[in-house]
This record gives sequence, C-alpha cells and structure tokens, in this order.
Amino acid sequence: MTMMDLNADLRDQANRLFRRKRLLAFGIPGLVLLYFAYVVFAFDIPGLIQRASADNARALVADVYSHKVHITRDNRSGDVIAAIEGEKKGRYPNGEAPAWVTLGDTTVIDLGKGHVITYLPTDNGVTYDVPGYGVMSFTVSRSKGVVQSYPSDEIPTWINASKNRVAITTDAGRLTITRNRTEVFRYFTGWELFFFTLDSPYHGLGFGEVARHFLGGEAGAILSEFWNNKMWLHKDVYWAIGETVMMAFLGTFGAAIISLPLAFLAAKNFSPLVAVRFGTRRVFDFFRGVDALIWTIILTRAFGLGPLTGALAILITDTGTFGKLFSEALENVDEKQVEGIRSTGAKPLQRYRIGVVPQITPVLLSQILYYLESNTRSATIIGAITGGGIGLLLTQAMITQKDWEEVTYYIVLIVLMVMVMDWISGALRRRLISGHDGKI
Amino acid sequence: MSDNTAGSLRIGEVQSSYMAQARRRRLYSGIMLAIFVLLMVAGFQTAEDRNGGSFLGGIDNVFDYPAEVIAEAASKASELPGHLVHFFPALIETINIAAVSTLIGALGAILLSLLATRGMARYPRLIGVFRRVLDIMRAVPEIVIALVLIFILGGGPVPAMIAIAFHTVGALGKLFSEVNENADLKPLDGLASVGANWSQRMILGVVPQVAPNWLSYALLRFEINIRASAILGFVGAGGLGHELKVSIQWGQGKYDEAAAMFILLFLTIVFFDQLSSYARDKLVHGSNAGSH
Repeated sequence: MTMMDLNADLRDQANRLFRRKRLLAFGIPGLVLLYFAYVVFAFDIPGLIQRASADNARALVADVYSHKVHITRDNRSGDVIAAIEGEKKGRYPNGEAPAWVTLGDTTVIDLGKGHVITYLPTDNGVTYDVPGYGVMSFTVSRSKGVVQSYPSDEIPTWINASKNRVAITTDAGRLTITRNRTEVFRYFTGWELFFFTLDSPYHGLGFGEVARHFLGGEAGAILSEFWNNKMWLHKDVYWAIGETVMMAFLGTFGAAIISLPLAFLAAKNFSPLVAVRFGTRRVFDFFRGVDALIWTIILTRAFGLGPLTGALAILITDTGTFGKLFSEALENVDEKQVEGIRSTGAKPLQRYRIGVVPQITPVLLSQILYYLESNTRSATIIGAITGGGIGLLLTQAMITQKDWEEVTYYIVLIVLMVMVMDWISGALRRRLISGHDGKI
Repeated sequence: MSDNTAGSLRIGEVQSSYMAQARRRRLYSGIMLAIFVLLMVAGFQTAEDRNGGSFLGGIDNVFDYPAEVIAEAASKASELPGHLVHFFPALIETINIAAVSTLIGALGAILLSLLATRGMARYPRLIGVFRRVLDIMRAVPEIVIALVLIFILGGGPVPAMIAIAFHTVGALGKLFSEVNENADLKPLDGLASVGANWSQRMILGVVPQVAPNWLSYALLRFEINIRASAILGFVGAGGLGHELKVSIQWGQGKYDEAAAMFILLFLTIVFFDQLSSYARDKLVHGSNAGSH
C-alpha cells in the first residue's frame, strides 16, 4: 500500500471488513450445506429410503391406537379360541367369545361392514363373504394344503395366496389360513384391558359403575385389580419408573457428596499445592472422559445387571462433572467473608463452614438439581444397557415388535416422568435462587 | 409507656424470636438431612437388592475387567495401531451423527426459540404453544425415538441422528430463548420502523446480539451429543458404539479391539471437551479481547 491518505486508508479498511463479513455470511451457510451433502452420502440416505419399511411404520402406527382380537381355530383339534392380541392373558374363557362371534358347530364371525367369515365343521372349511366381491371358500387338509376357490378368475391384490398359505387383508380385518391354523383378526380402536383384564369382576363395567363400586367400599379391590393387571403390568411399570428415578437420584447426589471435598483440592484458592490441584483435576477429566457408556460396561462386569450398576455409572461420570463445576464455583467465592470470619479467630474448618459453604450452597444445589433432571434421561438409556428400570421394559417391549401400544404407554410415562422431574428441579432451583436473593 | 423500656423489650423479643427462628431452621435442616440420608441409604439398599450382583461382592472385581482388557491389549500391542485405523471410520460416523444432529437441532432451536420469546415472536399468541413444544421435545430421551426409528428404518446412523436432533431442538431451544430474553429489543424497533419484515428483523436485529452465546451453548451440546451418539450406537444405531458392542459380546479374544475403541472414544471425548470449553471461554469472555 502506497497511499498515505487517511481517508483512503480507512475506506480500504472498511472495504476489507465488509469483504470478510460477506465471505462469512455466505461461506458459513455454504459450508454447512456442503457438510449436509456429504452426510447424505456418508449415511447412505438414498439407500435408507429404499430399505425403510413402510409396512413396519403402518403396523406400528395402527397398533399404537388400536388393538386386535384374534379368533383362532386349531386345524388339528378344531378348537376355537378368542383372545385379545392373541395373548394367553387376554384369552376369553372356554366357550365364550365377543358378541360379534357366534360359537357352535359352525362359528360365524361378523367383521362388520357386511364382511362375514364362517368356520365350517367339515374339512376345516372356511368361507369369507366380502361385499362387492363374493364368497370365497377354503378347505384345509394335511395332504392337499389349503384348497381355495374364488368368485373371480383373477385373484385381487389384497389376497396373498400360495399352496399352503392364504392371507386376505381387507379394511374390516384379516384372515390367514395355514395347514395348522385359521386365524381372523378384527381391529378396534383403543387400548383394551388397560384397566381390568377379562377375569376381573370389573371388566366391561362403565366408568360410572366402577365409580359407584369404588365409593361403595370396593376401592381397595378395584385399585388392586388395576395394579395387578396381568396384561399391562402396571405394578411392574411403575416400579420400573421408580427404579429409573432412583438410579438418577442416587447417582446425582452420590456424585455430589463425593466430589464436594475433592473440589476443594482442585480449587486454586483452597489448595496451595500445584501438584495436588493438577492431579485432582486430571482425575476429574478422566472420570468425565471415560464416558458413562464405558463405565457402564466396566461396572456391569463387576456388579452384574441391575439398577445399582446404573446408579454407580452415573455416579462416577458425574463425579468428574461436578468436581469440575464445583471447583470453578469455589474459585469464584468472595474472599471478604472468609477474611471476616478469620478475623474473629475461627479455625479453618469453621471458616469453610461459615464463610464458604453458605456462599456456594445455592450455586451447587442448583447445578445438582439441573443434573438430576438430565440424569433421569440418562438413567433411561443406561437402564436399557444395564437392565434396570423403564429403559429395560422399553427395549423388551420393542424387541417383540408387536406390543406397540405398550411401547407408547411407556414412552408417554417416560416423557411425563422427565417433565415432572424437570418441573420439580426447576421449582426448587427458583426457590433456592429467590430465597438466596431474599437473604441479601 | 416510655421509649426506653419499650426499646429493650423489643430487643429481647427480637432476640428470642431470632433464636427461635434459628432453632427452627436448624431443626428443619436436621430433618431434611435425616430424610436425605435415609433416602440415600434406603435407595442404595433397594438398588442392591434388585441388582444382579452385590456391591461388596463386586467392588474387588471393578478392576478385573479393565485389567483383562489391558493385559490382552498389551500382549497384542503390535496390532493396536491397526485396530485404531480400522475403527477410525466408525469413530468418524459417531462424530458425524453428533455434528449433524447438533447442526439440525441448533437450526430448529433458533427458529423455535425466536417463536417462543416475548417481544420477538412472529405469532405472539402462540408463544405458550411453542414453549410447550420445546418442553416436550426436551423431555423425550434419545433412546425412545432411536429405538422406534430403528424398527422402521433399520439400524444405522440415521435413527440416532434424528433422535439426537429432536432432543437437541428442545434442549437448545430452552437455552436459546433464555439468551434471547436478555437481548436488547431496541434494534428490532429500529428495523421495524424502516419496514423490515420478521425474518430481516431477526437476522439483522437479534442474531448479531446473541450469536456468541448461541454458539457457546451449541458447542457444549455438541460435546454432550458425541457421548449420546456413542451410547445410542450401543443400543443398535451405527458408529463406534455398535462396533464396541459387537466386540464386547465376543468377549475374550477381542479385548484388544475393545481397548482400541475405548482409547478412541476417550481421546475423542477429551479432545472435544477441551476444544469446546476453550472455544466457549473465548466466545463468552474473550469477545472484547478478540476485536482489539
């Protein structure tokens, strides 16, 4: 630059600044876009879209708000069983069935909308009358498989037929026939048996009637029927929620108790020895750096599966986190109050108790409470690995890949649990902070 | 009534009421402490009862597993660099999951937090709705969404990415809206008076004020998300967590691989932890020093 004129120099500077800002304003979004483009290929998103199972998604969504009733005939013995979700615990007693099923030599299943399926007594015969299409009939035998006859020559796409298996899906329900069994699903909205199972005396009663019984002195029995519901296992579910909260509570407060004295060793103004300070800080870094995942793996080997292991994994990781946070809080302590206490001739322990602790308590408690909420979420995840709490139930329900209404129930409870913990921790923190301000 | 006696009487009253208050406070803290200790003890006992192994039975074995892993890794020390290289792509995937979900989550959080802050919201009547949306998104643990998406999309990095991004929107959205509340609203009035629309007001009036704090929170979240992404890999989403699970289930004989992954994970977390705390320090405290 040869120009010595001040104005020109300034203009030059301003231009350069603008150029840099413009570069940043376009460059950063550009880089982000470029990174997203890279990730689309790194994560193989085009392939993923092809692999994604729309059927799974549809089944999941349908199962979330509805349940199905299975009417199953064993093609060897001829027995017909009605069961909710096909589960043993949801089975109707022998000789009983929902109102839309007429049991007898010939079982007539009315799927509604004009769809009627009959189980015939001879040759394991089945007929299905679909309105607007016609009557299909099937017989099953060990030697010939499933013998089929349709009203039209061309088989429509909603029928999936082979020699040994027929599956018919209509909007009224689903019929599957194999050599071993014939099965009809009819779908209903709602979570069946959520409050009472079929064997409970309160099953099928309206809300008003249950309320009347409740007020009429049967409150204990009603609650116990609900609590011990064998299908939804409310007792186990709420125990598991409690276990998860317990893991978070023990881990968080255990870590706080252990890390508070260590934090004094790591704080500049309390620990004169550089080596001690440095060493303690590296210990904190190590505990934090060996993530909760690795601690969980190591501790599972030592303590086995269960909530204690999860609590200890949270405890160890958070000892590192709290140690760092607490020692930073301790370094920000106002020395004047300590000095004032010292001037009255107080011993070191008294100086800490009266000069330091009241200053840092609200700060520390507020941090601990903040982590309590976040650890409730961690405990859910860690529970899935160490086998404790609601995380375990969630993964178990997911593995079966059919009890999506239970999965939904757990998810709703987990979200509520976290929100309640968040609310409690927020309310306590607000009280702590405003109480602290009030005292000054 | 003379002033003197009334004064000394009041002092006596004040003193005794202060002592009573102090005693009551000490009693309350004593009770609180007792309840707390009781909860801790009972909690640990319940946890131990429901656990596979006991605390005292296991405490001696805590170092057995690390010792086995280290011993096997040491005996195959020559293979360790190879393992580190072999698992590096998995580590990159774990970091990518965290980075993408932090970016997407931060973008969503910026939008939602602006919509949920008084004085900036595009639709002031819906502030409450957007706040509840943030609360719910924050309350959903990553594992819930990840597991559901693994069922639909199959295993891999994408379910983890979506799950973490979803939670990040909620977590960052709350912090961002706290930052927004401290921003000066005068630039917005100025921009409004020259006819700027909502997005122009936000980009020119709010973002320059709050960007350093946003960035600082996003960096902290990135570090948290790396941990989350590793742990989600362990329950079925891809990345280093998945590889770790495979080699741990194999058990002895693949401990050297596990050791390599422990090292990678540890170094990554420490690296990003230090980087983010350095950068955050610079962003929040050092912005004035930087411009000089």
